[in-house]
Amino acid sequence: MIGGLFIYNHKGEVLISRVYRDDIGRNAVDAFRVNVIHARQQVRSPVTNIARTSFFHVKRSNIWLAAVTKQNVNAAMVFEFLYKMCDVMTAYFGKISEENIKNNFVLIYELLDEILDFGYPQNSETGALKTFITQTGIKSQSKEEQSQITSQVTGQIGWRREGIKYRRNELFLDVLESVNLLMSPQGQVLSAHVSGRVVMKSYLSGMPECKFGMNDKIVIDKQGKGGEGATGQSIAIDDCTFHQCVRLSKFDAERSISFIPPDGECELMRYRTTKDIILPFRVIPLVREVGRTKLEVKVVIKSNFKPSLLAQKIEVRIPTPLNTSGVQVICMKGKAKYKASENAIVWKIKRMAGMKESQISAEIELLPTNDKKKWARPPISMNFEVPFAPSGLKVRYLKVFEPKLNYSDHDVIKWVRYIGRSGIYETRC
Amino acid sequence: MTDSKYFTTTKKGEIFELKAELNSDKKEKKKEAVKKVIASMTVGKDVSALFPDVVNCMQTDNLELKKLVYLYLMNYAKSQPDMAIMAVNTFVKDCEDPNPLIRALAVRTMGCIRVDKITEYLCEPLRKCLKDEDPYVRKTAAVCVAKLHDINAQLVEDQGFLDTLKDLISDSNPMVVANAVAALSEIAESHPNSNLLDLNPQSINKLLTALNECTEWGQIFILDCLANYTPRDDRESQSICERVTPRLSHANSAVVLSAVKVLMKFMEMLPKDLDYYGTLLKKLAPPLVTLLSAEPELQYVALRNINLIVQKRPEILKHEMKVFFVKYNDPIYVKLEKLDIMIRLASQANIAQVLAELKEYATEVDVDFVRKAVRAIGRCAIKVEQSAERCVSTLLDLIQTKVNYVVQEAIVVIKDIFRKYPNKYESVIATLCENLDSLDEPEARAAMIWIVGEYAERIDNADELLESFLEGFHDESTQVQLQLLTAIVKLFLKKPTETQELVQQVLSLATQDSDNPDLRDRGYIYWRLLSTDPVAAKEVVLAEKPLISEETDLIEPTLLEELICHIGTLASVYHKPPSAFVEGSRGVMHKRLPARTGSGEGTECPDVGNAAGGSAPEAAPSIIPSQGDLLGDLLNLDLPAVLLPLMGAGFGAAPAVMPASLNAPVGGGLGDLFDLGGGVGMPMGAYIPPKTVWLPAMKAKGLEISGTFARRAGVIQMELVLTNKAMSVMTDFAIQFNRNSFGLAPAGPLQVLTPLGPNQTIEVSLPLSTVGPVMKMDPLNNLQVAVKNNIDVFYFSCQYPISMLFVEDGKMERQVFLATWKDIPNDNESQFQIQDCHLNSEAASNKLQGSNIFTIAKRTVEGQDMLYMSIKLSNGIWVLAELKVQAGNPNYTISLKCRAPEVSQCVFQCYEAVLKN
Repeated sequence: MIGGLFIYNHKGEVLISRVYRDDIGRNAVDAFRVNVIHARQQVRSPVTNIARTSFFHVKRSNIWLAAVTKQNVNAAMVFEFLYKMCDVMTAYFGKISEENIKNNFVLIYELLDEILDFGYPQNSETGALKTFITQTGIKSQSKEEQSQITSQVTGQIGWRREGIKYRRNELFLDVLESVNLLMSPQGQVLSAHVSGRVVMKSYLSGMPECKFGMNDKIVIDKQGKGGEGATGQSIAIDDCTFHQCVRLSKFDAERSISFIPPDGECELMRYRTTKDIILPFRVIPLVREVGRTKLEVKVVIKSNFKPSLLAQKIEVRIPTPLNTSGVQVICMKGKAKYKASENAIVWKIKRMAGMKESQISAEIELLPTNDKKKWARPPISMNFEVPFAPSGLKVRYLKVFEPKLNYSDHDVIKWVRYIGRSGIYETRC
Repeated sequence: MTDSKYFTTTKKGEIFELKAELNSDKKEKKKEAVKKVIASMTVGKDVSALFPDVVNCMQTDNLELKKLVYLYLMNYAKSQPDMAIMAVNTFVKDCEDPNPLIRALAVRTMGCIRVDKITEYLCEPLRKCLKDEDPYVRKTAAVCVAKLHDINAQLVEDQGFLDTLKDLISDSNPMVVANAVAALSEIAESHPNSNLLDLNPQSINKLLTALNECTEWGQIFILDCLANYTPRDDRESQSICERVTPRLSHANSAVVLSAVKVLMKFMEMLPKDLDYYGTLLKKLAPPLVTLLSAEPELQYVALRNINLIVQKRPEILKHEMKVFFVKYNDPIYVKLEKLDIMIRLASQANIAQVLAELKEYATEVDVDFVRKAVRAIGRCAIKVEQSAERCVSTLLDLIQTKVNYVVQEAIVVIKDIFRKYPNKYESVIATLCENLDSLDEPEARAAMIWIVGEYAERIDNADELLESFLEGFHDESTQVQLQLLTAIVKLFLKKPTETQELVQQVLSLATQDSDNPDLRDRGYIYWRLLSTDPVAAKEVVLAEKPLISEETDLIEPTLLEELICHIGTLASVYHKPPSAFVEGSRGVMHKRLPARTGSGEGTECPDVGNAAGGSAPEAAPSIIPSQGDLLGDLLNLDLPAVLLPLMGAGFGAAPAVMPASLNAPVGGGLGDLFDLGGGVGMPMGAYIPPKTVWLPAMKAKGLEISGTFARRAGVIQMELVLTNKAMSVMTDFAIQFNRNSFGLAPAGPLQVLTPLGPNQTIEVSLPLSTVGPVMKMDPLNNLQVAVKNNIDVFYFSCQYPISMLFVEDGKMERQVFLATWKDIPNDNESQFQIQDCHLNSEAASNKLQGSNIFTIAKRTVEGQDMLYMSIKLSNGIWVLAELKVQAGNPNYTISLKCRAPEVSQCVFQCYEAVLKN
């Protein structure tokens, strides 16, 4: 199991050091600094073995988190724990920065004592932790409060406490998708997939039993004859994973998604689809080399969705060679600028309706070089945001039952929103 | 309020000041002081001198302060064991506290204080806490048992904590169960045979129930523990799998990977024809692909594991090639791993896509990545035969980019391609040679030199090329020096006349001017070989090399099995067994996949080897046994030892003895043309080649041997003419063959009954059998012979016409012929031209029949006669032929089809010889 956990700043100074196991000595702290943080080469692996000691690290801005062990630990678990640790810290004091860590080091030690015991991760749900690690000095809790805390921390529903009350029962569902594309210069789709998340923000009283339904092809096909499926098209989900509140065995057996949600925000579900994806934009590049010192680039983008919808925050990034000396750009819409420091032309368009097309052309002057290395021609990448789910996912229902309290499904105010964003949306040129 | 100020106190006398503050009456000040102490401790300052003062702060009802003091205690108790005792009372008291959080805190911290005296006091509170009414205390106490065991294993056993821990597996609270499982698993690891975890169907059932209810971390502990269980039969195995599969949808990747581990392991036990087996295989792919959308570090762990899974069960991900395509922004460690998996998944079906991607990657910036991409193209060529040509042309394109490291990498892989497909792509050698000057890495230089040496006969200026390397011989790395030595010796054996000087130069550089014993030894061996017996030298140095195969980079099966049992863990990331990086007793235990013990038919064992994917060709290229033992075989004649000339003064001139033209007919057959009448008894007469001199007198101390082969009435005969050109009488003749392609061996002794006087000649006929030991030769019809007499043993090699192996019952049924022709893949067909042959089809057919080449059918299409013929070799190989004869055209076209296409060349030579004589 995890033998120790260290947090460093960008210079390699230790900010937090907690050792859980006897086999990890103080020199481990220095070994990581010398061999990884101060190493001349770029990091070649997130797992490093130095003198029979293994170091797992993740980096958040310029802060290094490293877990150390001398045993054959579950590597996936260690990384999941490090991410969780980051989430917990963010939930407690915001951004992970040197300043915030120094300001909260006592809190961090307290958290580390609670969520990692002898190197075994323990309950790390922020909702539960916040009930008893508060940093406001412990007030003497009543006996009932204490046992409520411990039963929640160890309990079956560790993510929610009992006795929550809201005057207005309300819930928000966000379907957030990122659409990924890799396209060849000839317009052939090399790979495309949507990775989506259903984020739920709930303000519900008591211990509400929820049931979530979407246009999952398997479910719709099963209900086929009921006529219910006729309302819209269904989508084929390649794979999905759920928040730990969802009853997985029920999903496995009946493919129904039922759960008691944590209070506040949680990521209910992640999914991935690869079939029948709506690609909101198509990029058509044209690069022509004119002699050795000039490049002509023309890029056309076409929007491919209903004309009534508006895409926002559109940004096209056209890479330029390292030896670029000057760039002239003409675009019909939006603003385009050559950013020498990023070696790219950045073309921004605030809004664009569906079924439209826009174009940019640029002349790039090059300095003559004798460098034999060819320019690698990085792909043209795109960013955007559209108000629909590119996978075609639709929320069909989210039913809420709370048998003990007297509010029904109809009393709950529900909001659903769809946002499609670009993930890695690249066209080779 | 910010705590960062504690990090900045660096003035002198600090410890003294802190001491004063710690002893202050004000609570706030005390707390501030302890915080400062912890901050100093974190940055590595020694604050152990404050031990008594800090411990004094322990008795407080402020939980935050208490936790800070405990943190301090855990760090310094070991260095101040006596004073640590001071804390015991507080701990014991805290373990009785009404607040469960405090009880748990006390027992948790006590376990972390590694002082013997304290552990004795720990036992009683721990026993109570293990049975505490509050689950939070129990789950903490469970882990504490593992802590105590780490400090004093004996104590834990004596106190009976292990049994209490086992009881906790049946606890009502899932988190207590999970922690108890974790603790027991850890303790069991250091007692490999203790049977501590005593997993049985009942306890497994409990674990599976807890699995549905506990935290994500608890699920990992339970799944990792389940993976150590071996179900009794396939039914139990299936029912566990069914209850584990829902975990594949968990958001936590570690839960998913641990579930994959359990499934991969238990799947071994399921019969392959079971429907459920197929369902399970299908269920495994999507979660593995989903892991690739996790954060990069987890992707890396996932990819390392997928690499193992793909080797074990390639069918799971065979359709998922695209998800392993490299993204521009992937961290380098993800890119490199993805490349590895792409090669593993490459098959005929997706090779075009893969190659297009690899070509793209080869133009990226990261040098390591580009190199690996180029290497991957080479590996694809070796793995997917159909793509070899495309790969080679892609590599040539890359060489044209002239990017130095790309060129070098490409040359290294082309060498491998040559070794996999000999005599196929040698046309590219010219392009390679153009880049000779740009090679500066030893591996690339060595590869290029190997290519030049291996194909010296096709490179006009091979001697110049190798000579250019020789100039800086001593500056080269050993790898290059060794390769250069071998290459020049090969060149010499192939073109002896022009390269004598060169070979002497390299031999003297290697043997006299080098400090490297490997190099010197190799030099001496070559030298001795060349001076003693150039024929043997040729056999040794130019021996046919075994083909390389794609399996070379696969993980060895037993290691793979062990690593599959460690999916998700560090071992699977390093691809090493735990014993390779874990110290002490842990991990010494080797894990194994369970064998299939089905309730049904039980003979079929889990197939490991056959998992190599549907694309693997059925008839894998035959790996040829090494010819290294050749000398031993020939010397096995039980004859007086051969005299080796000792290294001496005259040695330098030794390589001048020419091995050339041994097989060439010297003096055009010495009038043996008359001997053609030998086949009188047969109606058409099988073709018998004229006698040639096999062993010239000057090479064999006066014994000259010439001869030929014939097939008479179904018996193969070697017809020898022995001439004594020496001054003394020769007696005691004996003959032996080396292992050869068709198992030819003398059927009796060599019948030379009278002594052979000076200038006497004797003709002997030696019947041969085809039941001797077999070894593939190059050329196929090569035969190595040793002849002994009273003077010495002599070696020579000769080539027999393959037609003497054509048996009399080689006429195939027409129907069978048709079916067989269709059945043999087109790749095995080879076409040849026979020029200047003036026979009509009828005469040709008759002539061929004499040599047991049977015409089965004849067809005339547009003035062209098509003859269909069959041949059967003595070892049962059938050769089918289609001969096209056009009236008035002296050039025949012949197509040969055979399951062993190697023989085609020899068969064609026979056609040519038979038809023209």
